[in-house]
Amino acid sequence: MTEHGPERRRGKLKIFMGYAAGVGKTYSMLEEGQELKSRGVDVVIGYFEPHGRKDTIAKTEGLEIIPRRKVDYRGSIFEEMDTDAILARRPEVCLVDEFPHTNVPGSDRAKRWEDVQMLLDAGIDVLTTMNIQHLESLNDQVWHITGIRVRETIPDWVVQQADEVVMTDLTPRALLHRLQRGVVYGREKAARAMENFFQEQTLVALRELALRQAAHEVEQRLDPADANVGPETQAQNSKHNKILVSITADPQTAMLIRRAKRVSDFLNSECFAVTVQPTGDLSELPEKDRESIDRHLNFARNLHIETRILEAEDVASALVDFARRNQITQIFLAQPRERLWIPLLSRDLVQRIVRLAKDIQIVIVSDRETASR
Amino acid sequence: MAGEIRRKTPEEFLRECQAEEAAAGKGRLKIVLGYASGVGKSFRMIDEARRRRERGQDVVVGAVQPKEPPDVEAILRKLEVIPLRMVEGGTAIDVEAIIRRHPAVCFIDGLAYDNPPGIRNRTRWQDVQCLLDAGIKVVASINVQYIAELRDQVEAITGKYPTQTVPVSFIKSADEIEIVDAPEESIDHSPADERIDAVKRQQRLAKLRELALVLAADVVDRQLIDYLRLHGIPQQFGAHERILVCITPRSNVNDMIGTAQMIAERFHAELIVGYVAQGHISASDQAALDERLAVARAAGARIEILEGENLVETLLAFSKSQGVTQLFIGHSQRSGIVPRIFGTPVDTLIRRSRGMDIRIFPQ
Repeated sequence: MTEHGPERRRGKLKIFMGYAAGVGKTYSMLEEGQELKSRGVDVVIGYFEPHGRKDTIAKTEGLEIIPRRKVDYRGSIFEEMDTDAILARRPEVCLVDEFPHTNVPGSDRAKRWEDVQMLLDAGIDVLTTMNIQHLESLNDQVWHITGIRVRETIPDWVVQQADEVVMTDLTPRALLHRLQRGVVYGREKAARAMENFFQEQTLVALRELALRQAAHEVEQRLDPADANVGPETQAQNSKHNKILVSITADPQTAMLIRRAKRVSDFLNSECFAVTVQPTGDLSELPEKDRESIDRHLNFARNLHIETRILEAEDVASALVDFARRNQITQIFLAQPRERLWIPLLSRDLVQRIVRLAKDIQIVIVSDRETASR
Repeated sequence: MAGEIRRKTPEEFLRECQAEEAAAGKGRLKIVLGYASGVGKSFRMIDEARRRRERGQDVVVGAVQPKEPPDVEAILRKLEVIPLRMVEGGTAIDVEAIIRRHPAVCFIDGLAYDNPPGIRNRTRWQDVQCLLDAGIKVVASINVQYIAELRDQVEAITGKYPTQTVPVSFIKSADEIEIVDAPEESIDHSPADERIDAVKRQQRLAKLRELALVLAADVVDRQLIDYLRLHGIPQQFGAHERILVCITPRSNVNDMIGTAQMIAERFHAELIVGYVAQGHISASDQAALDERLAVARAAGARIEILEGENLVETLLAFSKSQGVTQLFIGHSQRSGIVPRIFGTPVDTLIRRSRGMDIRIFPQ
């Protein structure tokens, strides 16, 4: 990139955030695309998912669409956004639907948000759409609300990097009417959707999550020097916080990481993820544990958490020592499992850390149970 | 002011209205909330009027802003508008005319107006209440600046103290709320803004925008709670963070409440301070407890004195019923030569909690 002119600015990213299919994210994005075009801006559609919605399709009229790339995967043809073609076309603004999409295996990049990074790096402004369900740090809460484990997630830092996050709002009642009228899906699919995901209480809860997230995104973008003009008073204090997350092979660790990261993001504090191993690496572990810990460390790094492997026999004292040396103020641990074959081991860990870490807050994170339905 | 009949306070008015609400045939209220003029509330609202009419609904517009943007004007020309009443000293919506006309839906662009003297109701939102009582559905727009309870915050942000406002209870009584969100940069300058520089202006708008989003979230949260209660669903969704700080007469409350206040502010969370009363306590403990509750009150916490034989059960049951997502508790280090937490309430809480974080404070 640097050879092509160091002065080229990075493209701006704007996200239209919603809480369910059909609230009008794509429509709003296209409307803005049309408006930009009418002002003489060079706009193209990089990816658009019509879903057979007439009003939305009508909004694409007159906008140049970059044809999708066809990808052969196991004998089937899939269509993906053609990032190279967009880069070659070099528009000022590119519209990209469905930001959290996962590309078919064999694509250059695994995720559409990574394709979007390429466009931004090339100085192209991007307008894109996503639902709150796909935000990584809310994955457990969304599961709790909907009973659905969302697989296509976007790390929070990607959303934080956006220049603008705009809430596309619609009341659940209006959304349900749209569904009933067959605007969002075909009628048959709509009936199925309403039995499952589109229940009023689910929609209301997701909408609340989206509104609160949008408020948070606005607050994050306030210039900190000026942030104390308003109602905030304690905001500055939160900067002194540092959070430590304990990484183990336990499957709850992913949830623990998400929660700790969310808290650290809201407090504007640093976050470290640490695993303690007698050998100082993962080589001596049984394969299954090694894979799990490795996956958790990678997951933490993908969320922009600094990770460490500490060499020590005694997990509790190693964690607390590390915390002391690094001025950690909060240690996040997973709720101890009540498993018969390790009766007191993990409970003992919590107990010992609480005892050792006299001046440090300990946060025990428990499962977000899925909604009973 | 002599001879004026006493007007009801907003609270009295609302209480009466809510009592009457039980009577069937009450219209639904939908609020369209924005954070600044120019965000596009009017267009969104009037466009909804157009769409409803195209779907065959009986729609009228009961109030328009003194100056509407051209795109709004264009749609208004195709709609039936019942003009504002011109009275000496100002304008007011023509409640009688609208009720006589009795449309299915009435659109009110601009809710936060005081009526001129001589009109029965003091404010426009009370007029709207009359329309609702008459069984007319109302869609009304308002800017977050004009919410009575947010006036101090708005003044801190903008330097201006709004005079014509609507109580938040009326907004929260709405059946639906929709927020019109847009980036701060998209808001056109108003002439009054000329004197402040662009960065400052953007900061102000961002703070108002945050206020509006949080208000909308709070309204939605209340709707969710109502819905769940109405349908007997015990489920709590945790979309709104709620912090419960458990205190005892010996708690180191400054640390706990300070942290809780900070986290509550950042998460826009509700802050609750709870004390589980277990039988009689000594006079000195009572004094210490009162002192701690005073700290909690000063921090803006909701105070809950809970009754229960079993500390852990009481806390868990309360947390579940209130949708607590973070429970703060102190842990004493002074239990014997080998400090233990096994079998202590903290240990039991850690093991038995579901769907929330337990934050343990050294004491």
